[in-house]
Amino acid sequence: MSSKATRQPPTIRIMATSFLVIWLLVAAFPFLWTLWGSFKVEGDFFSKANWANALFGTLTQAETGGSFTGAGYEGAWVQEEFWRAALNTTIVCVFVVTVSLTCGTLGGYALARSTHRYAFWFLLFALMFRAMPPITLVSGYLLPFFEWNLWGHLYTTVIVLVAINQPFTLWMLHSFFKNIPKDLDESAMVDGCTRFQAFRHVIIPVMWPGVITTGLFSFLLAYNDFAVTTMLLSKENQTMIPKIASFLGTTQTKGNVMFAVSAVVSATAPLFVMVMFFQRQIVSGLTAGAVKG
Amino acid sequence: MKHSSFFWFVLPSTLLMLAFIAFPIVSVVSQSFYSAHEQVVVQVKNCGPFGCTMETSVDQEATAAIREAEPLGKFAGLDIYTDRNHLAFGEVAAAWVNSDGLPDFGRSLMNLPFYKALGFTLTYTAIVTPLTILLGFFVAIAVNSVAKALKGPTIFFSLLPMIVTPLVGSLILFWMVDARGILGTGLQWLTDDPNLSVKASTGLMWIMLMVYGVWHAAPFAFVVFYAGLQTVNTDTLESAMVDGATRWERIRFVVVPHLLPLVTFVALIQLMDNFRVFEPIVSFQASAHATSLSYAIYNDLGGETRLLSSAAATSVLTIIGIAILLSPVLVRTWRDFDRK
Repeated sequence: MSSKATRQPPTIRIMATSFLVIWLLVAAFPFLWTLWGSFKVEGDFFSKANWANALFGTLTQAETGGSFTGAGYEGAWVQEEFWRAALNTTIVCVFVVTVSLTCGTLGGYALARSTHRYAFWFLLFALMFRAMPPITLVSGYLLPFFEWNLWGHLYTTVIVLVAINQPFTLWMLHSFFKNIPKDLDESAMVDGCTRFQAFRHVIIPVMWPGVITTGLFSFLLAYNDFAVTTMLLSKENQTMIPKIASFLGTTQTKGNVMFAVSAVVSATAPLFVMVMFFQRQIVSGLTAGAVKG
Repeated sequence: MKHSSFFWFVLPSTLLMLAFIAFPIVSVVSQSFYSAHEQVVVQVKNCGPFGCTMETSVDQEATAAIREAEPLGKFAGLDIYTDRNHLAFGEVAAAWVNSDGLPDFGRSLMNLPFYKALGFTLTYTAIVTPLTILLGFFVAIAVNSVAKALKGPTIFFSLLPMIVTPLVGSLILFWMVDARGILGTGLQWLTDDPNLSVKASTGLMWIMLMVYGVWHAAPFAFVVFYAGLQTVNTDTLESAMVDGATRWERIRFVVVPHLLPLVTFVALIQLMDNFRVFEPIVSFQASAHATSLSYAIYNDLGGETRLLSSAAATSVLTIIGIAILLSPVLVRTWRDFDRK
């Protein structure tokens, strides 16, 4: 990096730094602002009089006595039962990640090792499926799901999300397995293992970095999904994202927009933590795979 | 790998994808040729003290029975595709005849729901994709030049707009540009117009949606380009410098060609993702000003009466759109494979 070719004159350096500072502001400021504002009352968060009220909490002080209030969080989590949605999200995410990784590792491994032409066609079809907007598929689910009484349950949504994730998971794991040398499992097979035994005893111990990265993206897809969860889940089974969307319809008229704001902050917090711990895996996943979630 | 072991390994994935991706596509296509049954209406003679009147009422039982018997509805052929809510051939033809000049024709097209959605979707895709690539490229170059210790935190904050749920991210922006929020107030101050409201203006709403789109997608482009920049060959850069290439020429002739394959990759992913733009329209409550194809489907499916057939027809048209968008890529992937 200390090469002369990459060294920069000061003017360019200043320009690049100031551009970066602006970008970081644009990227991070909305989150910090909303986090700060979620502890205020609505009159401050949406301030007609003076935007700086949101900063100092003038009305919050007048209404509650303190500069910060947890009223929005209490209203969302206790009164509107956001905890139920959080629980549902946890269930959905855990099962989606486990099931799609189980199916995905098996399929991805086979696709990486097969040299036949149909493996390529399989991947090509997966790519086409990956391009399908989930909402177009949802309109195909509704009628059969109503007919067979599958609509509204968490497990239906889990299976649907796993299936929608599958093309992406396969592509990503396929490229990870390609990087594991063929000789490894082939020598195990020469020693008398069946294909599955070779996979079980030789490949599984070395595949975790790729699987963890893929799992992160499966998690993100399940966690961030709105189209499927909002259409396929009944009201009591709603996950966090459709619940937030439903806050907009019902509670905004009651003047409880702060419920939605605190719910939004609550839903963002786990993602923050995830990026903090898994930044390296996310970056490698975005660049390694030929696809993105 | 043997055929049989391949078969068993991919079986779970294949079953899932067949049942929940391939079958729904078939189901959507067939649904789009049927329309819902009309209600069965019966004439009832209602006799009272003031004489008899004929009243029409809905025979709930018969309606339910007919809907039970044929859940798909009655066969409608291509009628749903050509009705006012979709391709609207009749209305388009009328608009073509009646309009004076192309702009006028465009305006009447934008009053038809399908063309309104298609118009926004295509504009959004065409504008957001290149801007995302540009912004991502500049951020990558800037991050590449900061000190090593600062790189971690910089990448962390840069990733946030992409990782955060689209619905949530766009809500956060929406609250900020509200007339009473900080950005909304800032805009009013900048334009010196105290009544300026993003919610009320179609043009501003379109701009806001696209700003959100770029903000949300730029981190992806950034990460890919940043990874690409790590592998630029310093030897080539140095020899270019020895040969007297200026800084700009070095970027133009060494760095950009190195990143070009990545640009195609990012562009492909972005085209697919932008074409399905959906959540920001829900968050921004923008449906009065801008709808997309995905939003049109969502709108048909939600609400009291689920318009399954209408949603199915829009879905089929969307899938056709994606097929057209993707076909060059598919052809190229296929050729690449053939060459191997």
